Amino acid sequence: MTAYEKLKTARQSDRPTAVAYIGALFDEVVELHGDRRFGDDAAIVGGLAFFDGRPVTYIGIEKGHDIQSRMKRNFGCPKPEGYRKALRLMKQAEKFGRPVICFVDTLGAFCGADAEERGQGQAIAENLMEMMGLRTPVITLVIGEGGSGGALALACANRVYMLENSVYSVITPEGCASIIWKDADRVADAAENLHITAEDMVRFGVAETVIPEDFAHFKKMCQGIRKSLDADLRELCALSPEGLAEDRYRRFRRLGHFVEG
Amino acid sequence: MKNFLSTVRTKLGFGEKEPDSVIACPKCRHEDSLKRVTDNSMVCPECGYYHRLGARERIAMICDADSFQELFSSVRSEDFLNFPKYKEKLSGAVEKTGESEAVICGTAAIGGRKCAIFVMDSRFIMASMGSAVGERITRLFEHACENRLPVVGFTASGGARMQEGILSLMQMAKVSGAIKRHANAGNLYITVLTDPTTGGVTASFAMEGDIILAEPKALVGFAGRRVIEQNTGESLPADFQTAEFLLAHGFVDKIVERRKQRELLTVLLRQHTA
Repeated sequence: MTAYEKLKTARQSDRPTAVAYIGALFDEVVELHGDRRFGDDAAIVGGLAFFDGRPVTYIGIEKGHDIQSRMKRNFGCPKPEGYRKALRLMKQAEKFGRPVICFVDTLGAFCGADAEERGQGQAIAENLMEMMGLRTPVITLVIGEGGSGGALALACANRVYMLENSVYSVITPEGCASIIWKDADRVADAAENLHITAEDMVRFGVAETVIPEDFAHFKKMCQGIRKSLDADLRELCALSPEGLAEDRYRRFRRLGHFVEG
Repeated sequence: MKNFLSTVRTKLGFGEKEPDSVIACPKCRHEDSLKRVTDNSMVCPECGYYHRLGARERIAMICDADSFQELFSSVRSEDFLNFPKYKEKLSGAVEKTGESEAVICGTAAIGGRKCAIFVMDSRFIMASMGSAVGERITRLFEHACENRLPVVGFTASGGARMQEGILSLMQMAKVSGAIKRHANAGNLYITVLTDPTTGGVTASFAMEGDIILAEPKALVGFAGRRVIEQNTGESLPADFQTAEFLLAHGFVDKIVERRKQRELLTVLLRQHTA
């Protein structure tokens, strides 16, 4: 598949969304609401659950599955209160020493006047800074679209998994095409040039694991995710709280391509 | 200020001009002598328009004379994705600005207080953040952390540099991680938001200061005005995403005129000296 075909696949409306993974991977799921500052953003779900008998905090960007739920979820474009809810739950996880499992599926953070008024940039910035210092394990799965800063705000993780046909990009290929060529129709070219596929992410060190997709056998597919999560959590839980923050910093510290001299 | 005037003349492209030569305000078209405008900190004496400053002019304006020592200037961008038009953009920016990247980092003294400083230069590919910008700022915070120095950062940026794909996005996390470690060690970080600070820079280190200052009327936001208008059909107020708008909504500590910035930074640095 080309990058553009993957982009279209990642956006397909019949793809499982965050709540499907949360339901399949965890037991005794208790959703928690609100950022304690302004409101509750339905584009981000989060709460407590058991993973193989151990308590975890889950956080997911939820796109919805039909027109009604998509409108309720703002099409998976979170507002500042969503990112602040996520941060509240992460700090809570840190307090109780629980791992955090995040599911990312967004075109990007919401672009609107209300989001700007409430500090969309500040909310994302705070998540990045706090996540980088979080003294508990964080694993992020990109299950569809990883759209720019709005995705990264849940992805400053110790490990990142990409679903086979998921994508991760600094800008939407549409946005890129209209800036570079002043032609939004050159999306396919932009997708190719931006290098947005799961394989690209592993090559750049942005992700560790690619999860094969088999939505026809979703339960079985989630068994595979379970195995990866279990192995990684075992490894991460062996580290000290400081060691976990250090591991995360080292992971991001080496990302980048530049020359010296 | 003599130092500032000579820097403005050589670096802003007024090199051949004498101090009494005339420059026009891009906003109100008022014409004035270069000396009078630089004496006014590159603010139009007629309408108060803030001329955009290159990084070197800002350093000359803010730092004690001859105190600036540049660091990490050997870290440079490379077109590793073979992205359309990026090589030309990079070489064009180097030629136009005489700089090797969109941010200048180093140590300096402000009012006699030593600090680490970074200044972004919007003339360099709109000061977009690629790997080299991220690496330079990360190294600066690591250097400041090791040497227990406060960091003063002047931001200006169009956001992450899409010509470097996902790795430019990752710089937001990398820099934020370095800032977190600097903060955890009890060190001060002050940001000064200048026109324009947008996108991934707003959504990372611009908004991570202990104290966030802004220049009057500077454009500061996450999503672009046109994107929001197209996305939501909303009509936006004239002051939308200005420094004043951010102050009113609680996201900026203080708006500071350019001519008062050096003095205020000196006071703030003194207030954080043990």
